[in-house]
Amino acid sequence: MTWRWAGARLGGAVLTLFGVTIVVFVVLRAIPGDAITSSLGIESGTLTPAQTQALTLYYGLDKPWYVQFFAWVGQVLRGNLGVSLTSGNTVGSLIGAALPVTVELAVLAAIIGTVIGVLLGTLAGSGPGRARDGVTQGVGLLGLAVPEFVLGILMVAFLAARFDYFPDTSTFVPITTSFSANMSQMLYPALVLAVGFAANVMRTTRSEYVEVAQADFVRTARGKGLAPGRIRFAHILRNAGIPILTVTGIQFGYLLGGTVIIEQIFALPGLGRLLFTAITNHDYPIVQSSVLVVAVAFVLVNLLVDLAYRAVDPRVRQA
Amino acid sequence: MTAAPVEPSTDGEVALSVRDLHTAVGGRRGSLRLVRGVGFDLHRGRTLALVGESGSGKSVTALSIAGLLPAGVRVTGGQVLLDGQDVVRWTEGRRRALRGGTVGMVYQDPMTALNPVMRVGSQVAEGLRAHGWDRAAGRRRTLEVLDEVGLPTPGALARLYPHQLSGGMRQRVLIACALAPRPRVLIADEPTTALDVTIAQQILDLVTDLRDEYGLAVLWITHDLGVVARIAESTAVMYAGRIVERGRTADLFARPSHPYTQGLLRSVPAADQPHQGLLPQIGGTPVSPATLPGGCPFRTRCPQQVERCADQEPPLLRRGPAEAACWVPPEDWRPVGAAEVRHG
Repeated sequence: MTWRWAGARLGGAVLTLFGVTIVVFVVLRAIPGDAITSSLGIESGTLTPAQTQALTLYYGLDKPWYVQFFAWVGQVLRGNLGVSLTSGNTVGSLIGAALPVTVELAVLAAIIGTVIGVLLGTLAGSGPGRARDGVTQGVGLLGLAVPEFVLGILMVAFLAARFDYFPDTSTFVPITTSFSANMSQMLYPALVLAVGFAANVMRTTRSEYVEVAQADFVRTARGKGLAPGRIRFAHILRNAGIPILTVTGIQFGYLLGGTVIIEQIFALPGLGRLLFTAITNHDYPIVQSSVLVVAVAFVLVNLLVDLAYRAVDPRVRQA
Repeated sequence: MTAAPVEPSTDGEVALSVRDLHTAVGGRRGSLRLVRGVGFDLHRGRTLALVGESGSGKSVTALSIAGLLPAGVRVTGGQVLLDGQDVVRWTEGRRRALRGGTVGMVYQDPMTALNPVMRVGSQVAEGLRAHGWDRAAGRRRTLEVLDEVGLPTPGALARLYPHQLSGGMRQRVLIACALAPRPRVLIADEPTTALDVTIAQQILDLVTDLRDEYGLAVLWITHDLGVVARIAESTAVMYAGRIVERGRTADLFARPSHPYTQGLLRSVPAADQPHQGLLPQIGGTPVSPATLPGGCPFRTRCPQQVERCADQEPPLLRRGPAEAACWVPPEDWRPVGAAEVRHG
């Protein structure tokens, strides 16, 4: 039963990823310019027909698109993501360096966002219609409405004006080297990302809390003479947790692909920044592979959320 | 004006006493009175049935006693006496110790009254923990009480989730939750309504057995007169937030005094004789707290009303073997024939 479920989920994931590769491949070919113009820039105009011919053969641009596509997919499956057209580094090493930065940023933002969102949502949901509900909901709406690039710029400006703090652009310090130095670079962008995250989690938590609090089993719990805290966590939040998990998972997936702007503002060498630079440079192999990595991460997160459902809800385990 | 109160069942000490209870839901444009001066005693080892149709205030009465009223609804007067102390005035903290500890509750719908994501053993044990049992003693007691309510293999069953149990088994788990901390009073709010007839029968027998074993005082809320006749020594009939008749169940069924009780009993089909035509029913619709007429609230549906009924609401007065809230003098009671019963 469990194996059939796992097989079906895995098959779905593979199909999704295959679809993503096709879309990425087609979209990139639709953009004006090709690998030759992007690697040589305006100098490509000075190429002789013979040189152009040679480069076309070198990049495999003479082959039909489906041959190019399957050649790329075949290489990816063997772990070869290709070579950057602009820098000559392997795409694998570039993504390998950038991915941990983005994952750390997303995880940090997700943790902060979930904790704040669940706390505020509980606060609002446990007193629907009261002042604290209105205030929390208003703040939440604001958090949803303000775009992260505005918040990010405001944050940088505020930190610079108030604390003479500037994002350290020179070198990125991994968390394994120095926790405090790493946090000083990561905490503020993570906070900015956490605002929208928290707002979404808060709204779901609030509405679920209000609904579950009216359930019969909550009255049963009160009838047992349980302490209010026990009722709140073991009964109400435990049941509200299933939809909250869904929102958290979806949001986390978006975060992995949605750090492009914030990484620019805070000069973090993550996947978003790599992708942004690659798109401006028409560096196909990087763009293809980065988008693929984000898609894989998204699918993985969804798988994890499905697994988490089974941990939280015994009824799903049975089905 | 009020006659000396009749004690319908004087056997057994009084475990809980409700006196002139008033409960209202407060709105900004005035409040609605849901319970209007209800009083009764619960005796150890006895069952009192609180009977009435939907909206008569019987469930609100139960929730008022337990202190489980939803937001906006509050007790506005009267007393709930436990060992001579009025618990209505207690702080929430003290009332919490009372809930589950002294007064156990069993609810109507076993499908939704259990937490779907918590093992049933934990749902029994958490009530014990809340009332001062340590972990080991709580676990022993949980298995013991699951066995007492007739559930097989308590050790394995405690590890199951509610969706893995049938409706009857869930209701047994809820009874186990209520009885685990050894309360003195059990309030059962229509616990058999959602169950099959045969399963309901088992639950009725189980509660009666456990009542005798524990010496429980049981308040059984129902609209099912068949249930009342089986399990309750005494009965109180509610209409529009008041008790309109109360007495020993046998007397009340044999000689109902209030026109409403008479109507209720006539509308029960007799199993031992064939019935022809439509079943008699009480005409009109029940009044709601928002549309209470002046005088007797039942007068709009009453086949026997006299002039006084419109002027003044009758108090509970001795009527034959029981008490009833009715102005029609007992000597004027007419045996109501089929002709007077309005068919809808």
